[in-house]
Amino acid sequence: MSVIALKPGYTGEMKDRVENFHGKQLLYIGWEDHLMYCAPMCIPIEGATPFGALIQAVIPSLYPAHPDTAKIDWNTVEWFRSGERFTPDPQQTLIANGLGHKANLRFRTPGLTGLKGSCS
Amino acid sequence: MNMPITPQKPAKKLSLKDNYNLLTRGLGWETSYQDMDKVFAQDKFEGIKIHDWDKWEDPFRLTMDAYWKYQGEKEKKLYAIVDAFQQNNGQFNVTDARYINTLKLFLTGVSPLEYQAHRGFAMVGRNFRGTSARIAAQMQAIDELRHAQTQAHTISHYNKFFSGLHDPTHMFDRVWYLSVPKSYFEDAMSAGPFEFITAISFSFEYVLTNLLFMPFMSGAAYNGDMATVTFGFSAQSDESRHMTLGLEVVKFILEQDPDNVPIVQKWLDKWFWRGYRLLTLVSMMMDYMLPKKVMSWAEAWEMYFEQNGGALFNDLARYGIRMPKYHEVASKEKHRLSHEAWATFYNFSHAAAFHTWVPEESEMKWLAEKYPTTFDSLYRPRFEHWREQQQKGERFSNGTLPMLCQVCQVPMFFTEPDDPTKICYRETTYRDEKFHFCSDGCKDIFGNEPEKYVQAWLPVHQIYQGNCFRPGTDPTAPGFEPLAEVLQYYGFHVGEDGGEYLGSLDARNWTQWTGKPAVAE
Repeated sequence: MSVIALKPGYTGEMKDRVENFHGKQLLYIGWEDHLMYCAPMCIPIEGATPFGALIQAVIPSLYPAHPDTAKIDWNTVEWFRSGERFTPDPQQTLIANGLGHKANLRFRTPGLTGLKGSCS
Repeated sequence: MNMPITPQKPAKKLSLKDNYNLLTRGLGWETSYQDMDKVFAQDKFEGIKIHDWDKWEDPFRLTMDAYWKYQGEKEKKLYAIVDAFQQNNGQFNVTDARYINTLKLFLTGVSPLEYQAHRGFAMVGRNFRGTSARIAAQMQAIDELRHAQTQAHTISHYNKFFSGLHDPTHMFDRVWYLSVPKSYFEDAMSAGPFEFITAISFSFEYVLTNLLFMPFMSGAAYNGDMATVTFGFSAQSDESRHMTLGLEVVKFILEQDPDNVPIVQKWLDKWFWRGYRLLTLVSMMMDYMLPKKVMSWAEAWEMYFEQNGGALFNDLARYGIRMPKYHEVASKEKHRLSHEAWATFYNFSHAAAFHTWVPEESEMKWLAEKYPTTFDSLYRPRFEHWREQQQKGERFSNGTLPMLCQVCQVPMFFTEPDDPTKICYRETTYRDEKFHFCSDGCKDIFGNEPEKYVQAWLPVHQIYQGNCFRPGTDPTAPGFEPLAEVLQYYGFHVGEDGGEYLGSLDARNWTQWTGKPAVAE
């Protein structure tokens, strides 16, 4: 049973359908081993955005105050989609890279482990 | 007339027990014009089977006349003390103005729950067909309304002197972190009456309430806030009645039919986890917001849940009830919960109605003593870095909205049960859409009733959908600043209610009015 309800067959309104976001979709971005920015970010973004734009503009703008941000070597970054390792194609769109509405993207920056190595 | 006068002896006053029996057994009846199942249409769909409502025993056997008398006396005492507190400018006797932020959290996050509880118990009182259960729910509904009122009256005095206390009900329905307590209670109220009473009377009032009331009231006493201590005391005798009722409710349901046991166990699992996630706010209050600390969150969890709760569930084992699922995860999290939570509010202080600050060196020493395995290695570097940035005039804040858990609605800052350096991510797909959770506990709750939680009003998503602006706002206008508009929609006095404590209006006023430093030495 998908809900205990008075009325048989009750269904709920899907509150966060992609159509509700004015042509954008939601993307969640988390930086592994860096918890000074306390939680993964949630951003609205067009699904047609090339993945390369995330690297060049979007992600650095989310973490402006972290001392490690300027040290990121994007050639060595490891990417995870819903926790599974994958190799994104920077020329392709988010959607073509399998990052649809409410996708979870995490990245790990080998060698960088936050303030004094504390994963902060 | 010359009739001999034989004065009639007045009837003997009923004993309390007889009075109670007449009230709770004699006043009910079987309806005949309408089917009982139509009159009480909501007490069967959850699957709970009740064979004999007369087995419901209210341990206090309180009658209405006695109830009004007791409550009236408590009110008189409370308001006499609150009056004296106000006339003596008691608000300036607290440790320092950082303490006021615990009141802001209480008034906006807890007092509205008292009012929600009032509404919830009124509904439950309508929906049970057993008379004594209805009477008990009715009294608790009145208690809860009284608590909401006494808290608003007491704290309203602080509103004359400090920011962020001006409109708790408006904020409760809108502000991102207040959606955590709001959604918790609405989850219970939109369930059936048996789940509601199990969730609130037992899982919350009986199992977890010591972890809410004790920290706030002892915290008030330690920090010189006698007004809050007094409303705490005034509510305490009601709370002990509610706790006893909570235990009685669960035993009654379990004894009525063996089929009830698995249903109740599922609710205990769910409401333990939901209540525990809600208490995250209390953990940071205890460890970071009280200038004078009572005990650490980890110590409170050990005493009130691991020991007392453990004994309670041992006692319930004879009914076939076990400890709630994931209690061991809560124990693993006890050394990090408050630090992760306070750091999160520090990140988003500009969007909160209370202040945050970096703990003083003496407080960090206390934290390191209380949390020897985590504080210095994981959290101190963060706070020291923030202090340095602040001294350079670059107070840290997080300009992007966080990812939220679909069920508890807390930002996804919780870490893996066995690794405090890794965010705990859980996800599932339902009706072709992805949903994300902070824990296995929240994911299970979603999995059991997805049709309920797909409807969650998640503040971050609502902001991006454009639903958190005041009416008439044009988000396409040149120079439109979404965050500034959201704070207006929340009803904040921007620049006064939230942000950094040092240098805030509260801190400056405190020093000006009392001659004392903004941070007590």
